[in-house]
Amino acid sequence: MIYRETGQFRTSYASDQQLFPILQDRVLVIGFLAFAFVVVPFVASDYLFRAILTPFLILSLAALGLNILVGYCGQLSLGTGGFMAVGAYAAYNLAVRIPSLNLIVVFVLAGLCATLVGALFGIPSLRIKGFYLAVTTLAAQFFLDWLFSRVGWFTNDSSSGSVAAPPLELFGHPIQGPAEKYLLVLSIVSVFALLAKNLTRGAVGRSWMATRDMDVAAEVIGIRPLYAKLTAFAVSSFYVGVAGAMWGFVYLGGWEPLAFDVNRSFELLFMVIIGGLGSILGSFLGAAFIVILPIALNRLPSALGVPLSTATVSELELMVFGGLIVFFLIAEPRGLARLWAIGKEKLRLWPFPH
Amino acid sequence: MQNRLRIKAAALALAAAGALAWAADAMAQANEIFVPVLVYRTGPYAPNGVPWADGFVDYLKLVNERDGGINGVKIAFEECETGYATDRGVECYERLKSKKPVAYSPLSTGITYALTEKAPGDHIVLITAGYGRADSVDGSVFRWNFPLLGTYWDGADILVQHVKTKGSLKGKKIALVYHDSPYGKEPIEALQALSKKEGFHLLLLPVTHPGVEQKATWLQIRQQRPDYVFLWGWGVMNSTAIKEAIAVAYPRLQMYGVWWSGAEPDVVPAEQAAKGYNALALGHSAENDRPVHKDIMKYLYEKGKGTASDRKEVGQVLYNRGMLSAILTVESIRTAMKKYGNGVMTGDQVRWGAEHLNIDAGRIKQLGVDGMMVPVHTSCMDHGGAHSARIHTWDGSSWSYTSGMYTADYKLLRPLVEESATKYAKEKGISPVDCAKEK
Amino acid sequence: MSAPARNLTLAFFALLAFGAVSPMLFQGVRFPQWLEIVIGGLMSGVLYSLVALGLVLIFKASGVFNFAQGAMVLFAALALVRLMAHVPFAVALALVLVLMVALAWLVERLVLRPLVNQEGIVLFMATLGIAYFLNGLGQFVWGADVYTLDVGMPKEPKIILDRVFEGGILVSTEDVIAAIIAGLLVAALALFFQRTSTGRALRAVADDHQAAQSIGIPLNRIWVIVWSVAGLVALVAGVVWGSKLGVQFSLQLIALKALPVVILGGFTSIPGAIVGGLLIGLGEKLSEVYLGPLLGGGIENWFAYVLALVFLLFRPEGLFGEKIIDRV
Repeated sequence: MIYRETGQFRTSYASDQQLFPILQDRVLVIGFLAFAFVVVPFVASDYLFRAILTPFLILSLAALGLNILVGYCGQLSLGTGGFMAVGAYAAYNLAVRIPSLNLIVVFVLAGLCATLVGALFGIPSLRIKGFYLAVTTLAAQFFLDWLFSRVGWFTNDSSSGSVAAPPLELFGHPIQGPAEKYLLVLSIVSVFALLAKNLTRGAVGRSWMATRDMDVAAEVIGIRPLYAKLTAFAVSSFYVGVAGAMWGFVYLGGWEPLAFDVNRSFELLFMVIIGGLGSILGSFLGAAFIVILPIALNRLPSALGVPLSTATVSELELMVFGGLIVFFLIAEPRGLARLWAIGKEKLRLWPFPH
Repeated sequence: MQNRLRIKAAALALAAAGALAWAADAMAQANEIFVPVLVYRTGPYAPNGVPWADGFVDYLKLVNERDGGINGVKIAFEECETGYATDRGVECYERLKSKKPVAYSPLSTGITYALTEKAPGDHIVLITAGYGRADSVDGSVFRWNFPLLGTYWDGADILVQHVKTKGSLKGKKIALVYHDSPYGKEPIEALQALSKKEGFHLLLLPVTHPGVEQKATWLQIRQQRPDYVFLWGWGVMNSTAIKEAIAVAYPRLQMYGVWWSGAEPDVVPAEQAAKGYNALALGHSAENDRPVHKDIMKYLYEKGKGTASDRKEVGQVLYNRGMLSAILTVESIRTAMKKYGNGVMTGDQVRWGAEHLNIDAGRIKQLGVDGMMVPVHTSCMDHGGAHSARIHTWDGSSWSYTSGMYTADYKLLRPLVEESATKYAKEKGISPVDCAKEK
Repeated sequence: MSAPARNLTLAFFALLAFGAVSPMLFQGVRFPQWLEIVIGGLMSGVLYSLVALGLVLIFKASGVFNFAQGAMVLFAALALVRLMAHVPFAVALALVLVLMVALAWLVERLVLRPLVNQEGIVLFMATLGIAYFLNGLGQFVWGADVYTLDVGMPKEPKIILDRVFEGGILVSTEDVIAAIIAGLLVAALALFFQRTSTGRALRAVADDHQAAQSIGIPLNRIWVIVWSVAGLVALVAGVVWGSKLGVQFSLQLIALKALPVVILGGFTSIPGAIVGGLLIGLGEKLSEVYLGPLLGGGIENWFAYVLALVFLLFRPEGLFGEKIIDRV
């Protein structure tokens, strides 16, 4: 009853094709964005910005990229950490060697570097499928890890292999406070999410989904597999590269190659699976879940008054994490986004039973 | 069945979100100084991280129990698990910041690099005793980093000094088996400078994290036959290195580990076969009978308040090092209190304290760690305070000193430190302070 | 195999062989040193095969890519080494075997049964979840220290043929014993799959779950059996690896290396796991020792994967794997 669409008539193609055709959806999304942009910077604590909101936004961008590849195009990739590293190191080299570049330009160019690398490592996908492809993306992951560790040029010949991002400033205005960083990341992520939503609704997105569902049939009806798969890899790597650049510049401030290792790739894959494959909202939900879970698990024992050693808490975290993943896969293999969609469906009828 | 599970899943997701919002942080009490303890008790580096953490926490507890705090101000502390991962270290740092910490000791060079970016802005001291950035000795650029007791460049120089006593190094071959991380790569610059000076050939053999795959590395060593092998490993890498050395019959007598590669978890897995393995001792070894150990037993373990699960851990190499790290933190706070009064110190005040540390022989005896450390005297120019170490050797069941105390050669190292610090200052846009004007 | 595909595969192996002997041709490496590396590589390859065997077993019989194999190796080794502190080796071994069977039963009941007929990726993620869970559980119950697993394997190496070649050739006796154990295990498994009715049932289940069920094969019991056998293989791998490296959390990272092995050998082939392991081990060590110094070292982490990747471009189903035919 809350969610019904009766009375909402659309009288033009444009209004029918809009992103959120239902009024309630529009109100919700715009209200949420307004809240995020206007209210949160004044209300939230420093800790919330630095430890929860900023990493959540950056990781959801990376999860979005991975979702495009795995969820929409069906190409399983375990090398996301490596592509994030490409974005981060590209951004670092651009910022350090050409200091006059605008920050946004740095991020975009870093994303383009990641696109090139991603497309290169995506070429085997034309011949290799499924788990085999996953393992070849692992090749990308480990190779890139090694490359950034070994080749001094990428780290500006730092003796320790660690790099530190230069201080952020946009159009002459320095970005130092946690609220400012949060706003920067929020703006970039909102734009990218909008882009992704439109991409996946368009022809390119449909070619991805056709390739995912049955690539032989897609080829038969005229979708070029080379085009579909490589664009998926390219767009996905662009998103992941920008996310990597932001992770290094905005969140960490300084990093070494281990910051983007294979555990990061698995973490992003978890986000995508738990959030929902093939869903933009799912990437955000999954990222929120994975970011919040360890923190909640850490706080819960002390909040309940049961003192546990940090080792025990860590181990319990691993166990609960693994258990929850299995639980979610059993309960809803299509992820949190599907749960959300079912909720909306129920809201259309509630409080009536049918 | 599916629907019920779905409802459960949705409920769980909401609960997680709710638990976070509602679980409030306990603030430190009014008259307490908060010292965060970044540790790793799980993962591949846990065997070495656990004794260090136990030593650190035990000393903080001792100060509270035995002395009633530092000049009456009790210490509040909280552990946070980092797993040696940089991003978790940063997350721990952020999470504990709300409790007004004064000093962090991350026990990871990688995390130190990341926190070096954040700590100055937050006015929090980084005490990296025996690790961290070698160039942070230069306090004019790195105002908030304190690599007390010795850096990796010091260690590299001292090792070279020691092997030089066995004969000229000209034409000889030294292999560095190092952990492929900022920690392992740190000594390379110093060793390259030393190889030019002494005329030895440096062979670099990186080992990827976590370090269990070393067969190829040691097969290479067997073929190249270096005269000495320097080991710069951590966690499981150390014991694996020694085991692989045994498997290729490389004489342990020619192996020298840095002070983080010379502790019980590294040699006990190989026990007798590791006999003859040498390592740097950062002033201390596995002493367990000093007054401070007796106090720890009396005030903590006898009353069941000790941190280590096994009493035998008290006095082991890494336990002692954690203890010394805590001692240095406490002494920095105490020095700050001498100037600013006996209250809860802020980060700036503790920074002043750390920069004006003067732990002389008398104070060392008072602390009960006689013979375990050299006098530490910091200044704006020298945030390290001490740059000495000696060698200890494993005889199959215990460690014993096999050399006198060496001091790092700063005629060689200081130019390197200043060059690196200046480069960092330029990159970050920091203007170095003039140490002559600092009080 | 079609002629062009066969030619490509032959060309690939020829290239590999050339690469293997190139250090002797171009870098002036002498034969005894080269032979040492080759033997070392083959031995470490056997160790990878041990882990890959478990992966292949489970994939063959239940179509699940068991990412938790490494965690199972670690879990079994940890349980064994901690029990050995209280009871003699044989008793501990038996107890751990029971433990692995119990684990297999739990996994089947709690994870596989609810997820029957889901897509491969969902099952893969479920095993990832199991891996995390076993990790946490193992460390929680038994701790994160490095434990020495002493099963009496000799640690000192043997120098053989030192009259034929100068300096002799270094052979690790521990590795040789491990190779023999692996060989015996493979033979036993091959017999099991080919000669027993359970083995046939396992192969039927691997082909098609629903068809196997429809002819009366009890799916659940088969899965428990298969995961138990994989658990046994994990235990053997754990003993061998643990004896060599000590038992600790990081032991399970070896399992990641098993992935290129199964790729090379084919996901569904036991001899493939062995051959793949040998090839990967050999390629890895040769490349690290001779190619590594030219590139700065540390390349063995990715070389195996790149080797597998290149191989896949020629033969997407691996050396002995079944060709996947996509139908619309």
